[in-house]
Amino acid sequence: MNIKVYGSGCPTCKKLEAMCYEVLQENNINGTVEKVTDIQEIMKTGILSTPGLEINGKMVLNGKLPTKETLAHWIKDNIN
Amino acid sequence: MSAKNRTFLNKLMKNKIILIALFVLFWIAVYFNLDTAAKYFVFELLGMEQNSRLTDSVRFFFYEAPKVILLLIIVVFAVGIIRSFFSPEKTRKILGGKSLFAGNILASLLGIVTPFCSCSAIPLFLGFVETGIPLGVTFSFLIAAPMINEIAVVLLFGLFGWKTALIYVATGLTIAILSGYVIGRLKLEKYVENWVFQVKANKHVNSDYRLELADRIDAGINAVKEIVSKVWLYIIIGIAVGAGIHGYVPENFMVSLMGKSAWWSVPVSVLIGVPMYSNAAGIIPVVQALLEKGASLGTVLAFMMSVIGLSLPEIIILKKVLKIQLILAFIGVVSVGIIIVGYIFNVIY
Repeated sequence: MNIKVYGSGCPTCKKLEAMCYEVLQENNINGTVEKVTDIQEIMKTGILSTPGLEINGKMVLNGKLPTKETLAHWIKDNIN
Repeated sequence: MSAKNRTFLNKLMKNKIILIALFVLFWIAVYFNLDTAAKYFVFELLGMEQNSRLTDSVRFFFYEAPKVILLLIIVVFAVGIIRSFFSPEKTRKILGGKSLFAGNILASLLGIVTPFCSCSAIPLFLGFVETGIPLGVTFSFLIAAPMINEIAVVLLFGLFGWKTALIYVATGLTIAILSGYVIGRLKLEKYVENWVFQVKANKHVNSDYRLELADRIDAGINAVKEIVSKVWLYIIIGIAVGAGIHGYVPENFMVSLMGKSAWWSVPVSVLIGVPMYSNAAGIIPVVQALLEKGASLGTVLAFMMSVIGLSLPEIIILKKVLKIQLILAFIGVVSVGIIIVGYIFNVIY
């Protein structure tokens, strides 16, 4: 499980990152959460609004904060 | 999706719609009885005497604060649903390949409905430039998006009436369209940081899931939660200050300072307004009280637009991608636009 949060440090991005850690921990899922702050790297993904949430290389959401339930659902769906 | 699952979802959806209908009924009942309720509260429950300054202020507060918050809830909900149909990625697709002037108009209109937060200004700017959307068109978007927001419109509608709200939206759009057009004609591309043009996206994603009606209703409810929890305190403080001015500042106090006859008041208002960073929620109630005390509409409008439309945090963020000359041109062109609007309204009204 590899989660990437794209964002240059806005409050929403930080919140999303924290939520990812929480979901992993609460569900005992092995995984890494990586925060990508470099603007060039963010642009390469093609998103225009942050935060961007990438799970196992797939961009699932950007520009808004999902609810914790939705996030947990996505993470569980992508357990490999 | 199994049939069982579908009936469950339908049931949830029905419950949601019933709840919303109940809330709307409750909303109507409260909203149209606010004046009576505020009177009852102030005169009967608090037992305040009539015709005193304090009573005036208190009554103003207990009428305006709930009214504005109620309006905010309903409008933010509606805007949240409308915005769920838009995204910056879609907006970029629409704007691609549009000619200069038509592009400016479209970008300004899309600036109103596209969900946008100033912390995303950089990726948005880069993404627009990267697909070849002209600089001027990009600026029309970046001017309209913060200037015409639902919070400003709600407060203007609640405190000033629908005419002023409409005037604000129309002039805001005009400024965004024309400023973007002027910036486009000035050929300022050389003042964009060089690395910007080297940014290349590998792919253009569209992470949008197909949203069902239930998702859009959720988007509306989330917008209400997020925005109302963020601005209610500013609104309360703003209206409290406004209420103080309403009761205690003498009539015509502002005539000499912000009245029509003071020709210098428009540019001075803009000069004070540009570096000021306050959200619309805090500033509009205060400005409304000033208008009541003899400030003129054009001056007040100019002040509000410069505070809301040209925000320092956004300028600081944009500094990463724009050279100082372009930032100054941006501030200059928009300020001149706002000043012209201010004068026009002082002449008309």
